[in-house]
Amino acid sequence: MTAAIVVGLLVAAGTYLVLQRGIVRIALGFTLLGHAATTLMIAAGGASRRAVPFAGAGPDAADPLPQAFALTAIVISFGVTAFLLTLAFRSRDVLGDDDVEEDARSGHDVGGADT
Amino acid sequence: MSAAIVLLMAAPLVAAALAVLARRHLGVQRTITAVTLAGLAATTVALALATRDGSVLASRVGDWAPGLAIVVVIDLAAAMVLLLMLVLAASALVLAALAGEDRHPLLHPLALVLVAGVSLAMVTADLFNLFVAFEVLLIASYVLLTLRAGAEQVRAGVVYVAVNLLASTLFLLGVGLLYAVTGTVALGRLAEVVADDPGALAALSLVLVAVATKAGLVPLHGWLPRAYVHASPAVTALFSGLLTKVGVFVLYRLTSLVLADVPSWAPLMLVVAGVTMVVGVLGGLGGKDVRGILSYHMVSQIGYVMVPLGLWSVGAAAAGLVYLLHNMAVKAALFLGAGAVEHLTGTGRLDRLGGLARVHPWLAVGFVVPAFALAGLPPSSGFVSKYLVVLETFRAGSYAIGAVAVVVSLFTLLSMLKILLGAFWGEAGPDVPSEGVPAPHGLPAMVALSLAFAAATVTVGLGAGWLVGLATDAARVLVDPSAYVAAVLGA
Repeated sequence: MTAAIVVGLLVAAGTYLVLQRGIVRIALGFTLLGHAATTLMIAAGGASRRAVPFAGAGPDAADPLPQAFALTAIVISFGVTAFLLTLAFRSRDVLGDDDVEEDARSGHDVGGADT
Repeated sequence: MSAAIVLLMAAPLVAAALAVLARRHLGVQRTITAVTLAGLAATTVALALATRDGSVLASRVGDWAPGLAIVVVIDLAAAMVLLLMLVLAASALVLAALAGEDRHPLLHPLALVLVAGVSLAMVTADLFNLFVAFEVLLIASYVLLTLRAGAEQVRAGVVYVAVNLLASTLFLLGVGLLYAVTGTVALGRLAEVVADDPGALAALSLVLVAVATKAGLVPLHGWLPRAYVHASPAVTALFSGLLTKVGVFVLYRLTSLVLADVPSWAPLMLVVAGVTMVVGVLGGLGGKDVRGILSYHMVSQIGYVMVPLGLWSVGAAAAGLVYLLHNMAVKAALFLGAGAVEHLTGTGRLDRLGGLARVHPWLAVGFVVPAFALAGLPPSSGFVSKYLVVLETFRAGSYAIGAVAVVVSLFTLLSMLKILLGAFWGEAGPDVPSEGVPAPHGLPAMVALSLAFAAATVTVGLGAGWLVGLATDAARVLVDPSAYVAAVLGA
């Protein structure tokens, strides 16, 4: 139950942040959503009814597969966060701030945007 | 032989690392990419020949114990699609080299990482590794899209990254819930458990929403036309051949293994396919530049490829595979043509172009043939594949979707004519160089490349028999997945 509440709160907060316009907020939002997914993964292994995954824990030892999933997901979400922050940094250089409002003039012009 | 499957994803990753080390030496980078792609293509051909008789090859990575090991698996359908993807990746990189785009030291490494992710997505046998594969190819694509990092790229990049990340998170949540409900994420095992378990179906639907987003199905398509136009021409060609098509193939795989027995899946897919065709083609009509129009048609064409999922028979699946292959090649040819136009004139805007056919007639031929193939005019691969799909809808009694498919191809023709009139015929536009001005370096080779694709689409259109035969063999394995399941569980 605790895991379910934690996942719910993280998803709610993450979704709110992802819907903002600033890239830094979006990055923070995805960090929270990533935590939600990790927590859910761990809970999916039946964390509530199993022991810690230490040697000698016997048949009650936690399922290692979701933990491996969670580790992989954490690494991926770290990489993506790094990229989003780089994009925010770059956005400050080319747009002046990290706010990605729609530019009415932009249309579909693909030629002239090189810097 | 089956041990070679893992090379498909491992080799490009190693090559990508080498290409990063060689970042100051463009010639070395190009050689690494060329050798890697040629090697991968040769391996894929060998695997296709080995699976030609309907067998399925599977292998446990690292020879870990069954049940623990990551299983990779390949059948004829995956081998065919992957082979064409490799050819398209190579063509897009040739375009990048000709246009000088690959002077950026990270273009070759990123393209190789993208290929590695695509290969893994095509051969993986469980949902979690599919998530990893999507992440590998998406992270490469995020960076490729924003490589030029102008204001437009940053804006488009944020939309693209945010939408795809959200889809990936949904995917991960779906995988977690599915594991909680069923205790497995292996595609071979899911088949038995999902169909009669509403909890598992609910979890799987999260995964499906994510895959549908990556495939660009309406109503989850909005990111695609917004992002693709802002990448460089070569990168758009690369994405067009590889990215959404991976999502499409995964939907074929999931239908084959898990969803074909779910009663609501077929009608849902027919509706989604119809709406995707219509919305995409109407979006294309409003476009103002070449690649913008083409991007919307990408959405529309994916609708056609989805139709067979709602019919699901050997004939329908074969028609779908033929359509997928045709669409990948023709779309890439059109983006290559658009790239050549932008290389020549510096713009893709229809109001700045015009009369290109007079100045560069072969460039026009290289664009017009795939454009008519996209609309489905004979004698091209487009006619054959569209005919097959429409025929299957009538055979299955789904006349409405067949009619939609026919009407949408008229609108496709209309927007192709819009590009032809705006860019190639009529008065010379302000950005079109006049006759006698020497063509920029690399243009003849680009034109030759798009002419090769044009020749291929006509050849396939005239002699489609062997391709349809091959696709039918591949479709048999998809529609009766017992060989696939046995190979995965017995690996």
